[in-house]
Amino acid sequence: MDGVVGFGATLLTMLRDVVPIAAILFGFQALVLRRKIKSPARVAMGMVFVLLGLTLFLEGLEMALFPIGRLMAQQLTAPAFIYDSAAAAAGPVHWLDFLWIYAFAAAIGFATTVAEPALMAVAIKANQVSGGTITVRGLRFAVALGVAVGVAVGSFRIVTGMPLHWFIISGYVVVLIQTMSAPKLIIPLAYDSGGVTTSTVTVPLVAALGLGLAETIPGRSPILDGFGLIAFASLFPIIAVMAYAQLGDWKAKRLKRSNEQK
Amino acid sequence: MHPADNPLVSHPYKVGRLRVIWHKTRKAAEPLTDSALALVPIVLVIGFFQMVVLRQPIPNFGQMMWGLLQVLLGLALFVQGLQMALFPIGEEMAYNFVRKGSLSWLLVFAFALGFGTTVAEPALIAIAEEAARIAALEQVIANSVEAQSSYAIGLRLTVALAVGIALVVGVFRILKGWPVQYLIIGGYFGVVLMTFFAPPEIIGIAYDSGGVTTSTVTVPLVAALGIGLAHTIHGRDPLIDGFGLIAFASLTPMIFVMAFGMLY
Repeated sequence: MDGVVGFGATLLTMLRDVVPIAAILFGFQALVLRRKIKSPARVAMGMVFVLLGLTLFLEGLEMALFPIGRLMAQQLTAPAFIYDSAAAAAGPVHWLDFLWIYAFAAAIGFATTVAEPALMAVAIKANQVSGGTITVRGLRFAVALGVAVGVAVGSFRIVTGMPLHWFIISGYVVVLIQTMSAPKLIIPLAYDSGGVTTSTVTVPLVAALGLGLAETIPGRSPILDGFGLIAFASLFPIIAVMAYAQLGDWKAKRLKRSNEQK
Repeated sequence: MHPADNPLVSHPYKVGRLRVIWHKTRKAAEPLTDSALALVPIVLVIGFFQMVVLRQPIPNFGQMMWGLLQVLLGLALFVQGLQMALFPIGEEMAYNFVRKGSLSWLLVFAFALGFGTTVAEPALIAIAEEAARIAALEQVIANSVEAQSSYAIGLRLTVALAVGIALVVGVFRILKGWPVQYLIIGGYFGVVLMTFFAPPEIIGIAYDSGGVTTSTVTVPLVAALGIGLAHTIHGRDPLIDGFGLIAFASLTPMIFVMAFGMLY
């Protein structure tokens, strides 16, 4: 019975999310463009699939993964887990005490990104548009790697208490340098992949980790330090995707050079 | 395509009936196997940290399996729906707007899509409420329900406005064929500049708001719109010109939210 009620509630939230979008689309289609949609039955069916699919997806996550993931973030950031004894806890914070947290941050960042439906959508589209040169799995893997590094670095920042904007601005400088040398075809896609990584699956777990860390470490405030992890998770994939393309480019050039020598 | 599936090929070699059935089933199950693969890492990570690092049993194992089954089905359905509805509709509308030839209506549509999809976005509502609570704690605003709710609504409208403007600029860029990096890097300079003037307690929220605006339904639609426009307009490349809209939509909110923090 609980399951049915939960499903209904999630369906309602999803409807609230989808109805304005549908209204804008069909409003413009009917009033401004004044055209009939091609194969309306198929489109309507697809919309129902999207709605039902996202509802099931969110319901399942809420049932299977979010509670345990949040609990895990709390337990890993609890002083009892980090420090072996009360004496150590009284001393100053040392960033090396938090190795398990960085490992968890990287692992959960990677794993949630691979399961992110919005990223899947962009990867499918990029694969179609590039005629197969960009593979769905390759792009998702590169983005997930970027998120993993980003969330780990973001956790390190919360532990050490360094200012957020220095990290983000340095990240921008790296993006700027890469943009000048990366293959032109990948740049727009790389920029886009920063925005799509952080949605349904990643945000709840990563935000729980950030707030948990900021609450545990003495001298950090959840207000000033708890936010910011999502910013890391959307900056680093840009760097990772460009690096992935640069690596491919470099390999191709090296292969060409060695072939010419022969 | 496997030759056995292709009706146009007269088969040069005989394919066993069982093999045909095997290939057809595998093809039909592809969305499901793809979703299953997407879920493997998260299950491994949670299992490892729970059992090896924290050394605790998995609570409610049965419920967890049932939930995972739902996630799997949901993901497969979503990807199907994407290909049937969101992608074709985004591309078709791009095509129709170009055929109609009215720039102003296209820009109005871009703004409406950005503003309309963001203002009701659940993740944004949650973050705006959190930000209002924090602002009250920091005594930026009065500690009353009205002050908090008006702050939260103000923040939501600010972000929605930012995304609307982002899509207008982004669509305009596709029409003109401007390289995306000049605009994005210009935007980065805007973010850095604003960071030095904005109050410190808004910076974390502003930086995060860039990431949360683009929802799972909006992303495929906006991507398809951009690619559809680049496909239809002569001389535009779908890969170079079609992507980039989402990047704009995650950049402008940072600047706008910091401006909101300065004005409030």
